[in-house]
Amino acid sequence: MPREIEPPSVQKEFLESALAEGKRLDGRLPLEQRKFTLTFGAELGSVECRLGKTAVLAQVTATIVKPRDDRPYEGFLQITSEISPMASSVFEAGRASEDEVMITRLLEKSIRRTEAVDREALCIVAGEKVWHLRLTLHFLSVAGNLLDCASLAAMAALRHFRKPELEVLGDETIVHSPDERAPVPLAIHHTPLCLTFAYFEGLQPILDPSHIEEILAAGTMTITLNAQRELCVLSKAGGSPLSVDDVMDVVRVGVERVRENVKTIEEALENDKKSRVVEVL
Amino acid sequence: MSRLEILNLAGLRHDNRRPYELRSLALSLSPSPTADGSAQVTQGLTTVQASVFGPREPRQRAAAAHDKASVVVEVGVVPWAQGQGGSRSRGDKRLLEIGAAIRQTFEPVILTHLYPRSEITVQVQVLAADGGILPTAINAVTLALIDAGISMLDYVTAVSVGLHLKQAMLDLSAPEESDLPTLVVAALPESGRVTLAQMETRLHVDRFEEMLRLGVAACSVLKEEMEAAVKQRTTRVVERMAISAKGAAKDD
Repeated sequence: MPREIEPPSVQKEFLESALAEGKRLDGRLPLEQRKFTLTFGAELGSVECRLGKTAVLAQVTATIVKPRDDRPYEGFLQITSEISPMASSVFEAGRASEDEVMITRLLEKSIRRTEAVDREALCIVAGEKVWHLRLTLHFLSVAGNLLDCASLAAMAALRHFRKPELEVLGDETIVHSPDERAPVPLAIHHTPLCLTFAYFEGLQPILDPSHIEEILAAGTMTITLNAQRELCVLSKAGGSPLSVDDVMDVVRVGVERVRENVKTIEEALENDKKSRVVEVL
Repeated sequence: MSRLEILNLAGLRHDNRRPYELRSLALSLSPSPTADGSAQVTQGLTTVQASVFGPREPRQRAAAAHDKASVVVEVGVVPWAQGQGGSRSRGDKRLLEIGAAIRQTFEPVILTHLYPRSEITVQVQVLAADGGILPTAINAVTLALIDAGISMLDYVTAVSVGLHLKQAMLDLSAPEESDLPTLVVAALPESGRVTLAQMETRLHVDRFEEMLRLGVAACSVLKEEMEAAVKQRTTRVVERMAISAKGAAKDD
């Protein structure tokens, strides 16, 4: 298995002494996030998010399937993500590394378990037909903080996606193509977004760690929040221990940041809507 | 199945506990004779056994670090642990996640620099599951590491905290865990600092702080219990050593 070369200790010392002065290697402030841009693809539900040099492509597709017997009113939302060697040479194709498992699980928890997408609204005919949404995440390049970038891409894609309009006539279901009838957006309850903070021993936490900061950090903590000031997921698995006040400070910073990020996503979606002909009035 | 009444009119939970009451706790050290250190922790109907092997030579040479010990954690659930079906294989993502969480929790607490080029393997086996697998496993691993004589900064104790309406509750059982927002807190009781915090359900930010503080307070209570168990065990070992030393002196 290819293992990444550990950065030299000089680099660690340099980074930490810079951070002690409140400076980061890429010129950001400690609690400053890199700018992210959303590029919408030709299809609805295809979004590429770039957070600094980290890039994730999210794609939503929908098919009609039979629901589970014990949940006849619920549709499916499947999140698939695989980090291929394309993102970085340390990832192996086919075998999920521990980091990858953590990223996938956290995304699943943030989006699926918090019921961001109303799954009952995906029902077409109870017990017979439901929509099966598949959210696929492709990790294009890794420059730190994959998770936050993936969550931005995923939520933007889900909000961008539209499922075809349907008509149910007795036993028959007619799927209208987008040329006939305007497709309908998904019912989305809230927009949970992940924020990752990295900690260094005795220094203040930094938001959105770059690759080098991620490797050298003593620990990271990811929180998922929405614009309604709700904490959806909090995950601090080990790393250097923090006091309760430190944790709460980070949560408070996160609340503001997420509200701004949701606003940016909404603006981007609004701009895209103007340039795209979806509905013919 | 009828809906579970989380908190009844008398303010008691479905198993007649008060909101801040922990489940009955049973700690036993060195239940496994083959491991270098082991412990079994029972919290209510959840039982977890942890065995520690090492510090020993790494199984995989590539995993060795020249200046510190590497920690390997494997988690398994016995097929009969969960009752109705749902056996989990070794590759289960949830088990991998629990394993990773345990490893990352203990890596900074174990004084790994004292054991360079070696490996500490922790085997966690869930024998009965009734909510709170992760906190019970963390408690068991702490005791097992102490039993193995591995140097650590402090005890690590963990507890789950739930929230029903505005009432926070400690140490949830499985039916409560599936109905309530749950936070798992692991803390270093000596400094009151949080090493692990995991939450998976939606919760308002203002409520969260209260739960976190309650969890940290509960962790220090658990530490008292664990320390008593360790001291009791050590006293017994010392007594036996004294007896055998006396016996040896007589023989001379």
